[in-house]
Amino acid sequence: MKPAPFHYFAPSSIAAATAQLSELAGEDARVLAGGQTLIPAMALRLARPSHLIDINGIQELNNLEVRGTALHIGACVRHAAFHRPVVAGPLGALLLDVVRHVAHLPIRYRGTFCGSLANADPAAEWCLVAATLDARLTACSARGEREIAATEFFRGYLTTALSSDELLIGAQLPCLSARERFGFVEFSRRAGDFAMAMSLVVLQSEAGRLTRVRIGVGGVEVVPRRIAPAEQCLEGQLVRSENLERAAEAAAMAIEPAESEEELRVYKRSLVRAAVLRALIKALDGQLRSH
Amino acid sequence: MVSCARIEPETPEALMQPVEITLQINEAPYSVRVEPRSMLVDVLRDQCGLTGTHTGCEHGVCGACTVLLDGEPVRSCLMLAVQAQGRHVRTVEGLARAEQLHPLQRAFIQHHALQCGFCTPGFLMLALGVLEQDPRIGDEALTEALSSNLCRCTGYKNILNAVRAVRDADPLRQDAARG
Amino acid sequence: MRRVDELVTAPARGERESPRAYVGKSVTRLEDAPLVRGEGRFAADVNFPRQLYMRVVRSQVAHGRLVSVDTSAARALPGVVAAWTWSEVSELPPIPFRATKVSGLEPYCQPVLAHERVRYVGEPITVVFAEDACLAEDAAERVGVEIEELPVLLDASEPPREFAPGLTTQPTIIRKGYGEVSAAFAQAHAVVALDLSIGRHSGVPLECRGAVARYDAARDVLEMYGAAKKSHWNRDTMAAMLGRPPQGFHLYEGHVGGSFGVRGELYPEDVLVCLAALRLRRPVKWIEDRREHLVATNHSRQQRHRVQAAIDATGRILAIRNEIFHDQGAYVRTHGARVADMAAGLMLGPYRVPSYEVTAYYRLTNKTPAGTCRSPGRYETTFVRERLLDAIAHTVGVDPIEVRRRNLLAREEFPYRRPLDALGVAVVLDSGDYAGLLDKTLAWVGWPELKSRTAERRARGETVGIGLAMFVEKSGLGPSDGVRVSVDTTGGVELVTGAASVGQGMETVLAQICADTLGVDYQRVRVIHGNTERMEFGNGAHASRVTVMSGSATHLAAQKLRRKALDIAARLLGRRSGELELKAGRIVSTHDPALPTVGLDEVARHCHPGMNPGLTSEEDVGLSAEGWFFSEHMNYPYGIHLAQVRIDRETGLVKVERYWVAYDVGRAINPMLIEGQIVGGVAQGLGGALFEEFLYDPSGQPLSTTFADYLLVTASEMPDIEVLITEDAPSPFNPLGLKGAGEGGTNAVGAAVAAAVDDAMGAPGFVSSLPIAAHKVQRALALQPSQSADGSARLHLMEKQM
Repeated sequence: MKPAPFHYFAPSSIAAATAQLSELAGEDARVLAGGQTLIPAMALRLARPSHLIDINGIQELNNLEVRGTALHIGACVRHAAFHRPVVAGPLGALLLDVVRHVAHLPIRYRGTFCGSLANADPAAEWCLVAATLDARLTACSARGEREIAATEFFRGYLTTALSSDELLIGAQLPCLSARERFGFVEFSRRAGDFAMAMSLVVLQSEAGRLTRVRIGVGGVEVVPRRIAPAEQCLEGQLVRSENLERAAEAAAMAIEPAESEEELRVYKRSLVRAAVLRALIKALDGQLRSH
Repeated sequence: MVSCARIEPETPEALMQPVEITLQINEAPYSVRVEPRSMLVDVLRDQCGLTGTHTGCEHGVCGACTVLLDGEPVRSCLMLAVQAQGRHVRTVEGLARAEQLHPLQRAFIQHHALQCGFCTPGFLMLALGVLEQDPRIGDEALTEALSSNLCRCTGYKNILNAVRAVRDADPLRQDAARG
Repeated sequence: MRRVDELVTAPARGERESPRAYVGKSVTRLEDAPLVRGEGRFAADVNFPRQLYMRVVRSQVAHGRLVSVDTSAARALPGVVAAWTWSEVSELPPIPFRATKVSGLEPYCQPVLAHERVRYVGEPITVVFAEDACLAEDAAERVGVEIEELPVLLDASEPPREFAPGLTTQPTIIRKGYGEVSAAFAQAHAVVALDLSIGRHSGVPLECRGAVARYDAARDVLEMYGAAKKSHWNRDTMAAMLGRPPQGFHLYEGHVGGSFGVRGELYPEDVLVCLAALRLRRPVKWIEDRREHLVATNHSRQQRHRVQAAIDATGRILAIRNEIFHDQGAYVRTHGARVADMAAGLMLGPYRVPSYEVTAYYRLTNKTPAGTCRSPGRYETTFVRERLLDAIAHTVGVDPIEVRRRNLLAREEFPYRRPLDALGVAVVLDSGDYAGLLDKTLAWVGWPELKSRTAERRARGETVGIGLAMFVEKSGLGPSDGVRVSVDTTGGVELVTGAASVGQGMETVLAQICADTLGVDYQRVRVIHGNTERMEFGNGAHASRVTVMSGSATHLAAQKLRRKALDIAARLLGRRSGELELKAGRIVSTHDPALPTVGLDEVARHCHPGMNPGLTSEEDVGLSAEGWFFSEHMNYPYGIHLAQVRIDRETGLVKVERYWVAYDVGRAINPMLIEGQIVGGVAQGLGGALFEEFLYDPSGQPLSTTFADYLLVTASEMPDIEVLITEDAPSPFNPLGLKGAGEGGTNAVGAAVAAAVDDAMGAPGFVSSLPIAAHKVQRALALQPSQSADGSARLHLMEKQM
């Protein structure tokens, strides 16, 4: 299974990369970062780019730092960077918790956080993280830079808002406050597989009431997203098991599964219900007992 | 009627542009001429004559092609050979020193951690990379890490035994255990 | 049938056997050093100067009329040397069968390249030959194929259709039986009826297929590298197909990355590679890729069974009646109807069944053709039979283990002849103590404590269960095997066998047997296998036969060589051979260590015409001996599997927590290798029970075409697994009492896991098809009456699942 032939470019600056992209607009050019998704597709000849732009040599894309209240993740930052907390507080712990579910170890040494977002597979963990935390994505082209909100960024199955001459150069995740808690749950057939269903929950609990509730679901629809009806069940509410169950039920009913067979649609809703509820339990970690 | 379409790309010569590159493999330089589309695993096997690294799937799932890239285990079927320039590559051929086997190799033999041997080089390099990155890795994390690769013969039990034995015999780990 | 005591080869009177240094010991393998160094030679590692690469163009349509093939664009590509369709190879006959006693299957053989019709996605239509593998793939894409689609048949339960004028898609029906089935059903206390299915899956070794052929014009010899499993038969058959004399055609087996029944059968690609080497007069290399493998290498397992048991009030079986729908895929391949035949003939396992009737509908569908896969016909029928026993237990309200006891054949009944045959050989269960093994197993696993701990966990809200399954395997398929052993002038031993290595450690096992008899270090025994040039006859490696057949032949050959060495040494030392024995490579006195000795190497030199001018007797030439072991019967190892599972109620996902295998192997040459076979076998069995399946869409397009869809078990999915090897029932049919171990780990996994899942769910008979579908488990659990009303208890239960 060898790829079809292509022209190969390895620019050493963002400007060179975007210049190439705009030159090649209209031709089939693809950006190569980690390659852990693109290269298998090329080996299977499902993807046949005539031009490959390898951005691994662009030093500026390796940035991983906190600026203000956001964690900036450059396009070449590997999954493996998150094997240790990259920022103090809940965000670092969240990324550390999620990264274990991302594929397998050798994939993580090459694959990139931003590459996963640009690929936009709804069953990819980082896409759910980006959607749930309302990440901001920075796209760059010869025409300039622009920021795209996560809700705008994920357009459909494997489809993003990037135009063919744009390069995703970074993602920003909001640093979570020390009082925010998270819970992440993923169901997959085997360890490391793509998610059958997953949920990321972030919330604050003060004086027994829940605030700043975010409930994200992925792996079941064509894009990962926050489920507002579920969040509304909990915002301002007491930490009670019946409230959690109502939220999970609301999430299960709000999603539109990608499957067409009724049996599997029902199953997906059950998975969502369970994933959301368990993610909430994890986030509340022991708080339920006292009620 | 189905016409299984004939694909008419641009003539391949225009796209081939072979390049001369030098790869550092097991601390030795290899000068090779490769197409951009040549995968690292194929260049290792076909042009460098290092056939110890195997291809089991060519789409990055089975891990038979695992090598160390600057000490990190990676899938060489998912890297273009040109991407490995300026990096240090280690393959299974670099483990033994002449007649002296590496402790992992000895452990695999002692613990019957191989049957057909096809997945073995990939597992050896994966295990080596994992243990070098984290000599004190715990059992659960080790099992998770070794779940990266597929074996169809052994059922994994003896592979885990062999790698744990090497980990436990490691002076670094013993120091850590003593605290 | 010969009397049992005539079959065991006792040492000749006055001759003592050497003490066992190696047999029975878990010595490390001879095979390992090159493999851990990455110095193995698998097919893809073989390269010759000027070699061409072959790439196959395969049908993308499941069923159709092949209208036209245009190779002009492919051939126009620089570096492409040739492209062949059917018309270039039309003189080649279709691939024949290797072993089947069923007649009338010939019209259903697969042609080497498709002509007129394509019958499955993946069927070879064209081959292209180019200077490198990338180019060959580029060229293959440029071949234009026009196919007029025809309706597809994807279900073997549907009535057969036309295969070709005058032929239906049901090449044969296999019927077997004995006793008074109708009467038994009429008089039964109850009838238990089940409709069970096993999903399509297969061996899927980690190394894909490959072959490299070279025509050595200087010697007029055609060579093929990358052979496996059945080298001699494949050589003979291909020689006939290509019109070459067998002596001018040799197959070489290097390292083989697993077979599990699917590699080493004769496939179209092997023939094409050899033909190409002859015609193009350059070496030709073909290496299958994974996507090809999943649609082109033999599938297996897919059967539907509509089975009924007539029972009495105590749960004893009076009769079994079974209808099997066997999904063979598009063509009959080298195994003929063998898998269906084994399913029909071996289904009854360890139980007494007074009357039996089976009808196996062997049917073709538009899927990849099928063949044998580890424990073929038995993985399927153990699932069916053990589900039946569980259903019987539930029907009469008796414990599933007790019901099995009531039906087991007793030790005193062996050898037990079933009025049936399988693979053309009468089913004679040679030896066994099934109830004894059951007792041992229950004690070994701590059955009462296991049950009570499971009950405790269930009371605390976990969905856990245990399941048990019993089985009889088969091994040691004949008809024969031969081994030649020789000692060279340095005292090194060479053993040449026609058996094959597929990674199982056969070199080590044969070396152990040989070394014990010759009194040498087993590491000084070099084993040559799978090489038609070194051994004229051979039957390869499959059906767990090598340890039994080649092991027995090795024993016989080594004993002959030992007698020769002792006789010659006796002459050289001026003593009687009865007073001598072999020890550490020397021939020594049995009673006085001070007496002079002579080395095996010296005896070898005495036998060497070049080194010993005093050699005048032809008998003395060469210190070597050949041994042949013939067997009319297979032998029957047996065992028990136990599985402990935990189910996540909300997802239906099944986790196998612990697994136990108890297996009687007759005689264990190397326990470590046997355990390795069993654990590896369990992993594959688990795949078939929970993860692996070849799925097709309604138009016959395969959906499981990469490892992203066809899911293999990883280390994380493996349970804690323990193995108990027993030697209670050696086979009376070979001198060492051996039985094979290659398939015992796989055989009962589907059955044991199904029983455990039923137990965990509290839903007897729930699992009726493999692989077990999580969404079905989840739905069934969700429909069960709720266990508690209040929220905190529900959440408590939820947390238990996490």
